[in-house]
Amino acid sequence: MSFINYSSREINCKIVYYGPGLCGKTTNLQFIFKKTNPEHRGKMISLATETERTLFFDFLPLSLGDIKGFKTRFHLYTVPGQIFYDASRKLILKGVDGIVFVADSQIERMDANIESFENMQTNLKEQSYDLANIPYVIQYNKRDLPNVVPLSELKKVLNVNGAPDFEAVAATGAGVFETLKAVVKLVLIELKKGT
Amino acid sequence: MPTSSLVMFEEEFKQITAIIDRLLKEANAKLVFLVDKDGQLIASSGETRDVDTTSLASLTAGNIAATGGLAKLIGEKEFSILFHEGEKDNLHISIVGQRVILVVIFDQRSSLGLVRLRVKKASEELNTIIQKLLHRVEAKPSAQENLLAEISDNDIDKLFH
Ligand SMILES: Nc1nc2c(ncn2[C@@H]2O[C@H](COP(=O)(O)OP(=O)(O)OP(=O)(O)O)[C@@H](O)[C@H]2O)c(=O)[nH]1
Ligand SMILES: [Mg+2]
Repeated sequence: MSFINYSSREINCKIVYYGPGLCGKTTNLQFIFKKTNPEHRGKMISLATETERTLFFDFLPLSLGDIKGFKTRFHLYTVPGQIFYDASRKLILKGVDGIVFVADSQIERMDANIESFENMQTNLKEQSYDLANIPYVIQYNKRDLPNVVPLSELKKVLNVNGAPDFEAVAATGAGVFETLKAVVKLVLIELKKGT
Repeated sequence: MPTSSLVMFEEEFKQITAIIDRLLKEANAKLVFLVDKDGQLIASSGETRDVDTTSLASLTAGNIAATGGLAKLIGEKEFSILFHEGEKDNLHISIVGQRVILVVIFDQRSSLGLVRLRVKKASEELNTIIQKLLHRVEAKPSAQENLLAEISDNDIDKLFH
């Protein structure tokens, strides 16, 4: 849940990167970390296994500047994508204000994408959230690889609701900030509605 | 939405800060901070200059979330107090009013018994204020508090320059 502090004039929001194992969630945060002026971001924390798979979460705090005299701070989290970390994914989703669903464009990961998207909906429902009421965007990652599913097919399967969606190559950073910007925008619009 | 978002106002912020400032002194602690269960730092007191309070807040919330998950698995509601003992510094973490987390960092100048005692009293006072804040959010925000409604698309675009 967002945290609005009228005393220190700050808006704090939580954005979660969700998606199947190895789809590139951590890579998204690493690129944002690398390209953001240290004045506008804190340390990136990665609770990961020896083999750099996310074990609990990655965390990256960003401050994006002022809106109407309020400092805006966004806490970016990734979930662990591997199926057996479901309990951790549920915990990370708590208090979420906006979601980036990162899909792996490779043909052989299509089933994993669908499974992860359904898992996300289940976990949201369990906490009485509804995807229909949560700002979210979709990122089709790894567009640089040869064996990718055509964009139209990805949209048809993963974006039936017509959420804002983006192609990306997180490894080089293409599409990473476009995705972030879109979800930030949706979150702020939602916040505006809520107040 | 499952829970209402937390909103902080000048008056309550001052009260909260006063309570944790006092807790810091009375418990002989190095650092005290209050964190929302979602990992947002609410207030802090003590030698915070060399400490990454944002990371501390996020990891504390992660810690409470993980132990809360463990508690459910064994049929407990939650573990309301966690204690981590280090070589020099110790960490006392407790849940206030099921909604926020109070963290006290202390060294050999204090003791677990003293911290526990002071935390208990401070928690009750903090809980009263937190409950008041939550009620205030549920009630309709006043025009003065509704500044966010004026945010324009242009403002949002400008954030990314
Ligand atoms: N070719 C290519 N590789 C990528 C791209 N994005 C990420 N990768 C690689 O994919 C692998 C997994 O990326 P991560 O970011 O760790 O994946 P993750 O989604 O965080 O995975 P989990 O933590 O297990 O959920 C790494 O070796 C990345 O370098 C991309 O756009 N193209
Ligand atoms: Mg990862």
